[in-house]
Amino acid sequence: MAQLNSPEELEKFRQKVVSKRDPNTPCISICAGAGCLASGASEVIAAFKAQIEKEGLKTDVVDTKETGCPGFCERGPIVVIYPEEICYLQVSPEDVPEIISQTIKEKKIVDRLLYVDPNTGEKATHESDIPFYNNQKRNIIGNNIHIDPKKIDDYLALGGYSALDKVLSGMTSEEVVEEVKKSNLRGRGGGGFPAGRKWEGSRNAPDEPKYVIVNADEGDPGAFMDRALLEGNPHSILEGLIIGGYAIGSHEGYIYVRQEYPLAVENVNIAIQQAEAYGFLGQNILGSGFDFKITVHQGAGAFVCGESTALMTALEGRAGEPRPKYIRSNIKGLWEKPSVLNNVETWANVPLIINKGADWFTQFGTEGSKGTKIFSLVGKITNTGLVEVPMGITLKDIIYKIGGGIPGGKRFKAVQTGGPSGGCIPEDLLDLEVGFDELTKAGSMMGSGGMIVMDEDTCMVDVARYFINFLTDESCGKCVPCREGLRQMLKILTNITEGKGKTGDIELLEDLSEVAGEASLCALGTSAPNPFLSTVRYFRDEYEAHINEKRCPALSCKELISYHIDPDKCQACMICFRKCPVDAIDGAKKKIHIIDQETCTKCGTCFEVCPSRFSAVQKISGEPVPAPIPEDARTIVKKSKEK
Amino acid sequence: MDIKRIDQIIDKYEGDASALIQVLLEIQSENHWLPKEAIERVSVKLEVPLSRIQHIATFYKAFSLVPRGRHEVHICMGTACHVRGATRVLDTVQDLTGIKPGESDLDLKFSLETVNCLGCCALGPVMEVDGKTHGKMSPAETSDVLKSYE
Repeated sequence: MAQLNSPEELEKFRQKVVSKRDPNTPCISICAGAGCLASGASEVIAAFKAQIEKEGLKTDVVDTKETGCPGFCERGPIVVIYPEEICYLQVSPEDVPEIISQTIKEKKIVDRLLYVDPNTGEKATHESDIPFYNNQKRNIIGNNIHIDPKKIDDYLALGGYSALDKVLSGMTSEEVVEEVKKSNLRGRGGGGFPAGRKWEGSRNAPDEPKYVIVNADEGDPGAFMDRALLEGNPHSILEGLIIGGYAIGSHEGYIYVRQEYPLAVENVNIAIQQAEAYGFLGQNILGSGFDFKITVHQGAGAFVCGESTALMTALEGRAGEPRPKYIRSNIKGLWEKPSVLNNVETWANVPLIINKGADWFTQFGTEGSKGTKIFSLVGKITNTGLVEVPMGITLKDIIYKIGGGIPGGKRFKAVQTGGPSGGCIPEDLLDLEVGFDELTKAGSMMGSGGMIVMDEDTCMVDVARYFINFLTDESCGKCVPCREGLRQMLKILTNITEGKGKTGDIELLEDLSEVAGEASLCALGTSAPNPFLSTVRYFRDEYEAHINEKRCPALSCKELISYHIDPDKCQACMICFRKCPVDAIDGAKKKIHIIDQETCTKCGTCFEVCPSRFSAVQKISGEPVPAPIPEDARTIVKKSKEK
Repeated sequence: MDIKRIDQIIDKYEGDASALIQVLLEIQSENHWLPKEAIERVSVKLEVPLSRIQHIATFYKAFSLVPRGRHEVHICMGTACHVRGATRVLDTVQDLTGIKPGESDLDLKFSLETVNCLGCCALGPVMEVDGKTHGKMSPAETSDVLKSYE
């Protein structure tokens, strides 16, 4: 492939790519994102290819495409058939021959693979008919399903690199910065700092050379939107980065991607090679005289490297420890030179803003937070997946309209946003509008966009302990308030969940939180107390129950609960008796079962296996286990015989 | 590990000291651990003090200074997997292999690590063996998967 040396050549080539594609040719798009691959998408892809070859179908009859992640991970592997846009969910290799013979050849729909609305029982044929999708606004992630991330032509066919062309052929660097400033695009990685102002600072900084960096060290557990973008549409991030480089006068970009995302690393490397071959990277891009190159740096596994200064230290080849930010990194960053670091999603927004204008962008969102945001909706939620919504949508809409609510008829308790250093938001704040400032006011934060839903079975003290444990483990150890403060907080929280809490523990935790929050070096430490502070703010009664009554209201903390068989409900069915791994249950046919509390390891097996029509096994917390009923009362006499 | 191969990796990065982490990652991924000879070679070629390599090799989770097993087992302990019972999967693997996270078994068959999020939250709890993801694991399935590896 020859290089494209001018805007005219790019347009001509784009025309050629588009003209070669007949929009009416059936195309089978299969999600090849990490989520669907894990649920067996590669077998489905192989089955389609084999079946097509077996039936001798040529590419002008049917085409296949391995695309990026459309977000509905819950129902993967996902297959969409164009041009009708028929959406099949949870497709297995066995379904493939039927899809080919029915849908491709006969134009009939395979009913059983369609989405069924759990409330109405209605089936949805198209992606746009599924509530999970049609309540979203998919500006960024929507293209994933149309693109094979390993083929640059797919991106070009959708108008890819036209924003770069627009910038290089008709905009000065000031104009680019101004447009981004006007859009009020705020950093999607968590901090929410206005990207345009960051860029302007670097542009005006006197030092040379300058650097632009993509932060793809997505370390928050339960968050994978950056991975989906890098895997699914890598060129959109490259395009954003090149535009950013042009805007601030940088000729060198870095992508820092964690090695735990091998497919993202692979796809972004392929994308860079293709962009170089086409001349979107390298010398004299599109004949404009602008040079730019991109290097991929793999992270070696350290959560703190998601922090901007730690990431830059890691890029220099050292241990990723943060440094004080007396001077911002957009003035003195990587190798002490002006460096603009933005998150994957922030960069992905840039080509859209340039192409469609800041006014288009600002029509979405709230006063302080513009545009859309991708959240990864996980935990105790019916529809796990990635959702892109305009800022300002309420949490309730995300969880119930898109997420489909809580599975298993359980009650919603809280939603945790902002990753490990975020906070938990309780039920009575569900009408909260999602935005940077709104979430901070509620004691949580936007973070990178993880949204973990918790139901009534989740203990909020245990959640705080889980996150503080995570952060203690990931603290780099450079500053004392974070290293030691978190360690002590973890000890106290563990004590509380184990029933060893003392009066005054809450106050001590609050003191420690204040010091860590004020005195830590980087954002990891200053925000680390948030999981505790937000849970104690909204669920103080749970802490007090653990400490004062030695009771876990969610019946989740192992040390504080006991299992007990209700003698009035037990039908002596022997199921728990047989399943108990430590033989702690005494019983026989027609003899009411009893758990020996001394032997019981509280594994919960009896609770899970007891048939729901009996529900005889109960969890008890904060009160003594009732004494076993006397031996002579244990024989079950059938009621029919009594009469 | 062959010194020649280490030199090849270093040369790929043109002896640039800032590529230290990338060089170590490549050695780690090919050899599954960082032997002393390899580290010394990297130190000489990149002109980086051994102490700094030691710092890096212990700071980042991806590196190991002791031999690893042929099969790397990663148990996701991310929030979504945690609330769906990742601990039970981890317990099963520990029982079957007799090793704790960070360890390798004596005949170097398995190494066990916990990881924070693999990003397949819809499939939680998740176990990854040699890069292949196994989703919605129950203790029984976990043992079936482990038994399928030689």
